[in-house]
Amino acid sequence: METTDEVDVARTIGLGDLTFFAQVGYGGGAGCGVVGLAALAVASGQANVAVAWRSRKRGSGQRPWASRLGRLPAGLQFTRPFGLLRPVDEVAMLACRYMHEFGATRSDLGRIAVTVRAHANRNPAAVMYGKPMTLDDYLAARWVSEPLCLFDNCLETDGALAVVIVSAERAADLRQPPVLVHAFAQGLPQQHQTMTNYFNEDPLLGPSHACAPALWRNAEFGPGDVDVAQLYDAFTPLIPLSWEGYGFCGRGEGASFDGVPYNTSGGGLSEAYVHGFNLVTEGVRQLRGTSTSQVSGAQTCLVTSGEGVPTSALLLRRAG
Amino acid sequence: MSEPELLLPELDEETAQFWSACERGELVVQRCDSCGRLRFPPRPACPWCRAFDFSWPAMSGRGTVWSFVVPHPPLLPAYAELAPYNVIVVALDEDPTIRLVGNLVASADAPINSIDPSSIEIGMPVSVVFQRVADDVVLPRWVAA
Repeated sequence: METTDEVDVARTIGLGDLTFFAQVGYGGGAGCGVVGLAALAVASGQANVAVAWRSRKRGSGQRPWASRLGRLPAGLQFTRPFGLLRPVDEVAMLACRYMHEFGATRSDLGRIAVTVRAHANRNPAAVMYGKPMTLDDYLAARWVSEPLCLFDNCLETDGALAVVIVSAERAADLRQPPVLVHAFAQGLPQQHQTMTNYFNEDPLLGPSHACAPALWRNAEFGPGDVDVAQLYDAFTPLIPLSWEGYGFCGRGEGASFDGVPYNTSGGGLSEAYVHGFNLVTEGVRQLRGTSTSQVSGAQTCLVTSGEGVPTSALLLRRAG
Repeated sequence: MSEPELLLPELDEETAQFWSACERGELVVQRCDSCGRLRFPPRPACPWCRAFDFSWPAMSGRGTVWSFVVPHPPLLPAYAELAPYNVIVVALDEDPTIRLVGNLVASADAPINSIDPSSIEIGMPVSVVFQRVADDVVLPRWVAA
């Protein structure tokens, strides 16, 4: 199965009575949101210790979008009948428009894939460790949904990750150096339709544009103070859209933006795809100084969840 | 029908008017009776003025290509057989923020792989045609205008 419910985890590991539990929907948009909810629960006193996790077992069963459940419900019937079947097709539609509007090229997307792969090749835990890739490799790869090729897509991974959230006071004497949740926000933009966001005023203004103002409003620093970023990368075009949405550069400039090191474990493209939750754990490693592509002296990290679905983001900060 | 594996819409209360108009060769879009604004995909209330009364006026069926993709396998079998094919998003002339997903075809009866993808350009004018794909489903498709 794709999900493991709280009841299954709680009875399997023999937990006592749980008094706070919650889930956040929308797949890749959820990861930072779950951590944020846990932090809110601890900050409000509703929970003393919270665990946020994501597990996926991709090898079992068919792809969710490959299932045929008879006729399509309203939310899918204006896209799927025409052969817009997979998440990659849905994102490729935005990518094609983005490239047309702003002059971005396949090489721009390829450089993103190559950058992230290079990080994976310094991370022995990455699925693509030991598999270097050049821009020529990228450009020679087979199409999946033009204008996107194989290496614009994330991996398919069985995996599970978790983070433990407690108060800063409680964390002070734990064995591992803590990382602070500095700010958190979610974003569900107006007139949004999940993955097929073609029906609002400007479809290239994605969920990050709704999430970012709330995130920065909750923070004492801005994009210029971010030392390292972990951007949701189920598909390469989501990276430029995220740079723009979170205010690191102007619209159309994201494809060539290179001002902040990003996806330093290899991200979803080259480390593992666990709905972006490995971006959270890599953010923690960066601020503990234990990343395999360590940004020297990193004090702050932006982590984002899925662009293209109702999303969420975290600003993490080094403690002390 | 010849393409029994294609994914097809379930006609429900909110969307049946759209699909039944396709049966009679009309492209209709929901319009708020109160503020007059078009909306798509269909929903029960106007997001701009929150009125519940609406009509389904016929559109001219003309628009421009807003974006397009060319899917390659792996795909569901019925679509893999046709791949590579195109999927386009069309911005309607009546209101370019009303956009419909569809396919560019050589003619009303032609399959979705009947156009050379390299001939598709963003901004090109298109007009709607209708193609029966099941006993009870007619899909809007598009030809170069």
